[in-house]
Amino acid sequence: MRKMTYAEGIREGMSVKMRENPDVFLFGEDVGKFGGCFGVSAGMFDEFGEMRVRDTPISEGVIIGAAVGSAACGLRPIAELMFVDFLTVGMDQLVNQAAKMRYMFGGKIKLPMVVRLPGGGGASAAAQHSQSLEAWVAHVPGLKVVYPSNAQDAYGLMLTAIEDDNPVMFMENKILYSVKSDVEDEVKPISFGKAAIKKEGTDVTVVSYGRQVLDSMKAADILSKDGISVEVIDIRTLFPLDKETIFKSLSKTHKVVIVSEEAKRGAFTGEIASLIAEECFFELDAPVRRIGALNTPVPFATNLENYVLPNEQDIVIAVKSLL
Amino acid sequence: MKITNEQVNNMYETMLKIRKFETRAKDLFAEGKVGGFVHLYIGEEAVATGACANLRDDDYITSTHRGHGHIIAKGGDLKYMMAELFQKETGYCKGKGGSMHIADATKGILGANGIVGAGHNIAVGAGLAIQYKKTDQVCVCFFGDASTNQSTFHEALNLASVWKLPVIFVCENNGYGISVSQARHQAITDVSVRASAYNMPGVTVDGNDVFAVYEAVGEAVSKARKGQGPTLIECKTYRWRGHFEGDPTVYRPEGELETWIKKDPIPRMEKYMLENGVITKAEIDKENADVDNMIKEAEVFAEESSMPALESALEDVYTDIVEEGRVR
Repeated sequence: MRKMTYAEGIREGMSVKMRENPDVFLFGEDVGKFGGCFGVSAGMFDEFGEMRVRDTPISEGVIIGAAVGSAACGLRPIAELMFVDFLTVGMDQLVNQAAKMRYMFGGKIKLPMVVRLPGGGGASAAAQHSQSLEAWVAHVPGLKVVYPSNAQDAYGLMLTAIEDDNPVMFMENKILYSVKSDVEDEVKPISFGKAAIKKEGTDVTVVSYGRQVLDSMKAADILSKDGISVEVIDIRTLFPLDKETIFKSLSKTHKVVIVSEEAKRGAFTGEIASLIAEECFFELDAPVRRIGALNTPVPFATNLENYVLPNEQDIVIAVKSLL
Repeated sequence: MKITNEQVNNMYETMLKIRKFETRAKDLFAEGKVGGFVHLYIGEEAVATGACANLRDDDYITSTHRGHGHIIAKGGDLKYMMAELFQKETGYCKGKGGSMHIADATKGILGANGIVGAGHNIAVGAGLAIQYKKTDQVCVCFFGDASTNQSTFHEALNLASVWKLPVIFVCENNGYGISVSQARHQAITDVSVRASAYNMPGVTVDGNDVFAVYEAVGEAVSKARKGQGPTLIECKTYRWRGHFEGDPTVYRPEGELETWIKKDPIPRMEKYMLENGVITKAEIDKENADVDNMIKEAEVFAEESSMPALESALEDVYTDIVEEGRVR
């Protein structure tokens, strides 16, 4: 066992696959000598060279489009967008091309590509550099969506993402990049669609992913002091989604709080809530509670940003409201 | 220009295949046997034919919503194309794509495309893959004049140029973006001038002269194979039909279509072939009859094929996940 940051987990996952397979390469804005805006690819340029860790112009459309084209021609590209917010610029290439080519071509082509999408608030980066847009991509058939919460998962999910023959949206959280956590000496690929039970409990289930897994764990600690037992589930992948683990937990706790950092309106938490309502309704002893950011752009001033984004106190309040 | 009689004959056959396939598709649409959006290539045959005559099976192309001609010229099978127009399970896309989405990975056809300008970036991706694997393949990117106003055009040509990717950008300037004439959608008459912004060669050729297209693209292909980077080639041409079948073309000035019909690339090619002893009148008649038969066979194949099974709608979204169906 060793300690690794979330960013190092992502880097190791990419590097391991790049050492194994010459068809895997990383490209995007400032990923080369600069090491990426958040230092995720630091050192990779020196190890793999400029053709395999390649700086692009600031052109998000062609970054995603070239990932599509090169994947269609047999490579396994990893495309980094500097911020998930910039996905808007390349959205056609993702939604109308990457997600649809295989289907529209009758399954006769495969697109093994990973798009890395750093998101989330908490850094006073304001509304164009702080969004959580995972619901946008999870909505689109043809894409898989991954959102690790810790270094080990980032590493293991990256191994799987690069091996996958479909476009994988690898959501990363900027605040988590520097957070250290335990990583096994030998990291194995983590299958998509397998949630992790981060803490077992009996009173209320808290379902989350990404940074909110850490908030959920904090909330569970606070609540345990009041004798409230919370089960914390990290879904790890939004699609495919491990419904079974959520439903199984509900059959024990009968109460659920679902947490993400997205603006709450239209958030992916709503999809989880609706699945529970449709397929697991009779297990519920109380209404489903959802926590998200307030329905505003993410503001710049720290006090405003803290007010708009959810935190562990919101989870504590929601859990208590169910008991 | 180095070109053998056999090459000329092959190009002639391709021109006829495109013209006759499209003409039959037009009739089938009118008869209600082919539905959806159908954008026909009649009048522009020399561009796809001249360009693709320079390509090998392992070279790539990206195409557009008006893609039938490119696909035929790159070696697409008329049977599977027609079956796709008929929505049949034997079609290129198993009935999931239709006219605008025909692809054949085995022939390097990275797909027709329903989004104007989307192929630019995909072509750059193909060029990147070729450069990365250090082969001497190329990718020809077909697109229309109106797509050069999309941001993808700028992003793609910039990246292809700065990375010296083996991509040949072939603009089919047919004078219109749907109903809006070139004079109303861009303040230039020659799209090729845009090449200078990317420090790449830009040339304009008569897109109704199959040999002019062949020669210009040939030169660009040979540069690209040697790692000398991309070229922008503008082929001036005209579509005889509307933007799509059903378009009443009220936006066309009177007499414009007739002027272009006089420049029909097929009789021009026949004239050259007859004058240069490449073909005889009898051989022209035989070639026409042969291609008529191919179209007929394709249509019979399409008619006799089955519609896709409902469960197939749930497949091919992913390589490894079949989506949930519904009970009715």
